[in-house]
Amino acid sequence: MEEESDTRKINNSFLRDHNYATEADIISTVEFNSTGELLATGDKGGRVVVFQREQESKTQPHRRGEYNVYSTFQSHEPEFDYLKSLEIEEKINKIKWLPQQNAAYFLLSTNDKTVKLWKISERDKRPEGYNLKDEDGRIRDPSTITSLRVPVLQPMDLMVEATARRVFSNAHTYHINSISVNSDLQTYISTDDLRVNLWNLEITDRSFNIVDIKPANMEELTEVITSAEFHPQHCHTFAYSSSKGSIRLCDMRQAALCDRHSKYFEEPEDPSTRSFFSEIISSISDVKFSHNGRYLMTRDYLTVKVWDLQMENKPLETYQVHDYLRGKLCSLYENDCIFDKFECVWNGSDSVIMTGSYNNFFRMFDRNTKRDVTLEASRENSKPRAILKPRKVCVGGKRRKDEISVDSLDFSKKILHTTWHPQENIIAVAATNNLYIFQDKVN
Amino acid sequence: MEGAVDAQSLISMSLMKIHSSRTQRGGIKLHKNLLVSFVLRNARQVYLKERYAQIYRMQQYQEVLTVCDEIQELDPLDPLDPDLEEPGQDAALPGCGKDPDPPDPPDYPSCCLEAPLSHCTRTTVLDLDTHVVTTVENGFLHQDCCCAAPQCAPDPNPEPPDPNPDPAPRKRKGGFRSSEEEEEEVSDFTGSRKRLKREDGPEPNPEQLDSSNISNLISIFGSGFSGLLSRQADLEQICSKQALASLGAWTRAIVAF
Repeated sequence: MEEESDTRKINNSFLRDHNYATEADIISTVEFNSTGELLATGDKGGRVVVFQREQESKTQPHRRGEYNVYSTFQSHEPEFDYLKSLEIEEKINKIKWLPQQNAAYFLLSTNDKTVKLWKISERDKRPEGYNLKDEDGRIRDPSTITSLRVPVLQPMDLMVEATARRVFSNAHTYHINSISVNSDLQTYISTDDLRVNLWNLEITDRSFNIVDIKPANMEELTEVITSAEFHPQHCHTFAYSSSKGSIRLCDMRQAALCDRHSKYFEEPEDPSTRSFFSEIISSISDVKFSHNGRYLMTRDYLTVKVWDLQMENKPLETYQVHDYLRGKLCSLYENDCIFDKFECVWNGSDSVIMTGSYNNFFRMFDRNTKRDVTLEASRENSKPRAILKPRKVCVGGKRRKDEISVDSLDFSKKILHTTWHPQENIIAVAATNNLYIFQDKVN
Repeated sequence: MEGAVDAQSLISMSLMKIHSSRTQRGGIKLHKNLLVSFVLRNARQVYLKERYAQIYRMQQYQEVLTVCDEIQELDPLDPLDPDLEEPGQDAALPGCGKDPDPPDPPDYPSCCLEAPLSHCTRTTVLDLDTHVVTTVENGFLHQDCCCAAPQCAPDPNPEPPDPNPDPAPRKRKGGFRSSEEEEEEVSDFTGSRKRLKREDGPEPNPEQLDSSNISNLISIFGSGFSGLLSRQADLEQICSKQALASLGAWTRAIVAF
């Protein structure tokens, strides 16, 4: 698919103009809301930055709405668990939006231990004409008041404020890796390495544990939960992925504790590709239901797979993201890159899937035409409104002029987090501390 | 899979990762350490298989030398074993006649035979207390497989000698019964591990304390979580089950959550 003209690089608003990236500015999650009007990013410093799309202007119809900073707030702070002598990182692991039900916007953000519900609302009027205090806020001497008046609301400059409405804490012993809002809009799940907890959005002092894979003896541990998500339409169904490369679909109507799955998706391992690192590269880093609820997509280290919910024994489609890394697994293990957790996303119509790679590359696969493209998110290689040029990695033999050889890939530049607008072809790609927003070619 | 040398570097890399994860911000990451322990297990399996293969070859060599000795003792004109008089036979028995002093089988369990090959003389040891990873150059494979560290390493307080006689002469009945030999090795192995467990109780000597802590650590790292044990009747499986009985710092760290 042809992509890209409006290449817009929006720095995190806290970035000074430095060449190095402060670790706190590294973006750790990106998420469009359900209409695509808002885009939220979370970073390692515990901050959330929300972008809002400009209203389309009638005078410049060819210029689609661009995203500007709408709100910025500190969601999580570093904490210390005194009992275990552990520092709790403030890094935002996931953000999930709630569908809009009134004028305010709500999102859930989580770090390793605590989920918070934030309300983002606008204030563009303020009351003026108080009796007991004057315009500066100073209290007036009651004896000087001779008449009463009714305060009136006067317009003011738009102010966007974020307030924490709920804090859901103390429910996770292990590190939270994902959250997912239910289609009933009343509950959500939070998932750590061994457990999935079900919450009601209104109740913060209680949660229900619905999946627990902790063995009686921790020495017998062989797999952990890596991600979980509710089905987009069926409020009783959710799926969770494991470090062993399997996905379990659970039905909450069957039992209170969903330890027994209703479906189990796993592809048998190909013994010819067995290596020291087989277990690591088969660990699933992300699982996403398609918008129509018929498919599941999973990402492991080298591939993206699309599963049909009706077929458990093998995936419907398998896409190689960067198979040229298979021969470099040992050095990727040494520099810890093999533990990178890439995410994957569907487009609005479930026809295209996208995921990130190294060297600031990201890949898109068209499920219908079976074509794929590799694109790069970088300042040097793209000017504003230029069309992104497809990139190619040379895997061996003669390297062509524009190709990059595997050994020149920069493994410190990785695209782990991407998101796709729910209706349009607009994508947001996080490259370390930079956020790139790409739109489809206009006209 | 790669050979034993790569396996050894993977083992030391994995141990370093586990060690450094203890001081990482945010606490020990269960998922990452689980994956690292898988690599450790895989590398250890390959490493041990290579070692056992070498030991097996070593024992074949021993057997060949024994046969050589027997041949030398025989009257060359004795018609009892016409096969042994084949001129090609001498060539097929390496070292026969050239090496009048075959190495004495040491009084250790068979896995601790001195190996003539250079690349199996290194052992990687991680001491979690001093935070030092050392690669020990010697002729013995200790800690990693037999855990009888006091027996193998030079020790001011030598342990009682291995009560099990060297299994090599027992099996030498001519012919190669490879599977049976391996099982017998295993039972010796098991025996040595059981003995270590009993001896493990009071530890008056700090040096012994260190080496048994390290040996516990290595065996636990080597086996990782017991659920990682392969389902096949594996040599390692039988050894590891014995070692898992003792709690090491690694499992304490996990259980501490």
